[in-house]
Amino acid sequence: MAHPDKYAIVIDHNSPSPMESVSNIHKEMRTFAAEQGAKLYDVGEGVCHQLVPESGNIVPGNIVIGGDSHTCTYGALNVFSTGVGSTDLAAALVTGKMWFRCPSTIKIVYDGALQPGVYSKDVVLHMAKTLTSRGATYKALEIYGSVIDDMSIDARMTISNMAVEVGAKVGLMACDRKTVDFIKSRTNRPFKGVEASLSAVYDKVIREDLSDLPPQIAKPHEVDNVVDVDKVAGLEIDQVYIGTCTNGRLEDLREAARVLAGNHVAPDVRLIVAPASKEILLDAMREGYIDTLVKAGATLIAPSCGPCVGTCNGVPSDGEVVLSTANRNFKGRMGNTKADIYLSSPATAAYSAMKGYIADVREVLQ
Amino acid sequence: MSELKGRAFLFGDNLNTDYVISGKYKFKTLDMNELAKHVMEDIRPGFYNEIEAGDFVVAGENLGAGSSREQAPLVLKAAGIGAVVAKSFARIFYRNCINVGLPVVEVDTSDIAEGDVLEIDIESGVVKNVTKGVTLQAQPLPPVMMKILADGGLAEHIKKNGGFALEDEEPSD
Repeated sequence: MAHPDKYAIVIDHNSPSPMESVSNIHKEMRTFAAEQGAKLYDVGEGVCHQLVPESGNIVPGNIVIGGDSHTCTYGALNVFSTGVGSTDLAAALVTGKMWFRCPSTIKIVYDGALQPGVYSKDVVLHMAKTLTSRGATYKALEIYGSVIDDMSIDARMTISNMAVEVGAKVGLMACDRKTVDFIKSRTNRPFKGVEASLSAVYDKVIREDLSDLPPQIAKPHEVDNVVDVDKVAGLEIDQVYIGTCTNGRLEDLREAARVLAGNHVAPDVRLIVAPASKEILLDAMREGYIDTLVKAGATLIAPSCGPCVGTCNGVPSDGEVVLSTANRNFKGRMGNTKADIYLSSPATAAYSAMKGYIADVREVLQ
Repeated sequence: MSELKGRAFLFGDNLNTDYVISGKYKFKTLDMNELAKHVMEDIRPGFYNEIEAGDFVVAGENLGAGSSREQAPLVLKAAGIGAVVAKSFARIFYRNCINVGLPVVEVDTSDIAEGDVLEIDIESGVVKNVTKGVTLQAQPLPPVMMKILADGGLAEHIKKNGGFALEDEEPSD
């Protein structure tokens, strides 16, 4: 390995292992990390797209690749990051190099201020609807505007995480005071934010005021099959999943707990919660969010990808309807092709779990 | 490698890598021949048994969307697919195909029908629809990718050259 210190291995998919074959793959990962002297995040530590930034491994201006398509998450931290396959990754490990095409760019500016009950997940689902699942293939996104400025780092990461769902290579945001504060709280490494030059040329510029955006829902089986919540309100659900690299952060658990405090999920609904990292789990415990969620009927699972990848911890049964805070709702994504997956924000997911059907969280968050 | 002949199996737009090989299988084994039996299972059960070596997957826009799983091109290759042919490709899947030595052909597939016999010359990008008697011209592969593909994939390219040897080419993915 050219630079083992620049490489981290995270055991987050199917973690802890649900079966022998997965256990053996996990073992290979541990052995490889030990042999190469690479950093290993083992079972229980969390999802790579939370751990990599949270542990101070990256700073603005870096170029990061990862063997997972949602590596684009770090664009929210002004980091050029993108997903690659395992051979590209292996080539980079051996040579310390990677080749890229310099992508053309779509600039998006979201003006206005979001209503209470509307979150970054609603913004990015709206973005997927606007651009479609192939609207930014091979391209970079730059995402700006007062809506983004007002968001926490947690919330911004939800948007950059889903850049790949419109085909984009990266979803970059500016390096502002919040970015600097976050990075400095994680590492002492020096860094300098990058910004678009004044002469930058864009494929197109999308400018929109999102002040009237209602909560958004992606319907099966495509991420860009997005509608306003009222179009599917009342649809009965069987399982709700709050977690993943998209929406398993502290703010997400806080908003879910805020909705469920003193309430209980509907009798026929299973609510599964997976914090995106151990640190988030500990913080959420200290803040009382976990207490609230579990008392409301949630099943807490280990910090990991959880049931998002369809192998463990909540595979739906035939004909069931799942409302998930993940980034993909493809047929069979959660392990059963006969189940329907809808996507929403954590607050919408929590409120819908309480009602037993998809519901508009603005009813309680106005 | 450059002259390929086979039948077209038709798929639509936005065929994602979860559909090529479901997440529930990809962690069960690293044996691609075993995984290949489940290729496209969620959207076209029994597809593996329909394939004869050299046949083509022909799709619309955005073939290979979604997950970065390299098992997607690997199982297609292991199942006997000679090339993937589509109007457009998702970025990571496109790179992965080249990296594992599965040819990608970017061409207007609108008039290709299920079962049409195609002859494809990868280097020139000429796609002959033998059944219909028409010839299509594909987008030529970027030189960087052609070089990697000609070396038999990225791992072979790195082994052969002791590292990347693409500097003299115009980079493009």
